[in-house]
Amino acid sequence: MRRALIWLPLVLFLLLLGLVISGIVKPGDRAVRSAMVGKPVPALDLPALVDGKPGVNSAALATGEPILLNLFASWCVPCIAEAPQLMKLKQQGVKIYGVAVRDTPEAMARFLNENGDPYAAIGDDGASQVSIALGSSGVPETYVIDGSGRIVLQHIGYVGEQDIAEIRAALEKAR
Amino acid sequence: MIRSSLSRALAGAILLATGVPASPVFSQSNRPPAELAYTQLADPDQEAQAQLLMEELRCLVCQGQSIADSDAEMAGDMRALVRERIAAGESPQAIREWLIERYGDYVTYDPPLSWITAPLWIAPLLLLALGIFIARRSFRRRRAQ
Repeated sequence: MRRALIWLPLVLFLLLLGLVISGIVKPGDRAVRSAMVGKPVPALDLPALVDGKPGVNSAALATGEPILLNLFASWCVPCIAEAPQLMKLKQQGVKIYGVAVRDTPEAMARFLNENGDPYAAIGDDGASQVSIALGSSGVPETYVIDGSGRIVLQHIGYVGEQDIAEIRAALEKAR
Repeated sequence: MIRSSLSRALAGAILLATGVPASPVFSQSNRPPAELAYTQLADPDQEAQAQLLMEELRCLVCQGQSIADSDAEMAGDMRALVRERIAAGESPQAIREWLIERYGDYVTYDPPLSWITAPLWIAPLLLLALGIFIARRSFRRRRAQ
């Protein structure tokens, strides 16, 4: 027993070393995840931002069908990158609601014109109040919301081709 | 106009090719800062309350700073939210809890006692107890010799 104990400090040291090395090797994930996943979407009522597109409110989101809520902005470069994927999802029949963070009607109209418009409605979140209520920490972010209005998935960062499967699966499950 | 859309498309293409930002990217938005982001409340007591709370809330964009210290737009929007709610008569604790509900304990620099934070308080006591135990044992051995 005593003889075995002599190895204890070495074992502890190796465990600590392993911990430190794994911390150095694996890429850091500094994204702050929303604690709202699994909870109902907070009550929201955002006015329209661009002409001919309604705003986003709780009643509009409660369609009984799973939907995507996409936080985006015309000043956000990754939002340009995800636009084609959102268009693809729309063509597959997915309803996408937009929350435009800190944006102006002119800049948004230009953005939609250049990058396509997959949105059923776009709400004007001028001072990030709805972003904060959702537990979002930046744009773009995409939330999958089930038919009963519960958030089932938060996707942080742009939606790339590699993310479509995960989002489709979440939509399918939320049905 | 053409130039700007070209450069934007280029930026988008570079992003797609490198795929670097898996996390949100922050740039300057199209709106000026919210009114209460850089304006103090008229009531000095309320402003003092808001200031205390803002120093204990983490900026989610710049993560090492409080929202009181940060110039990030989101920190400005969070300061506006804090001041608006304090002005409306909400207690700082209620605002903190509202934010914790959204972002988890990470958003506050004064995290509540939970199973995850408990070791912060308990570990020093355990180490102290261990130290006393070791000291007593070694002193006893010396006396016995």
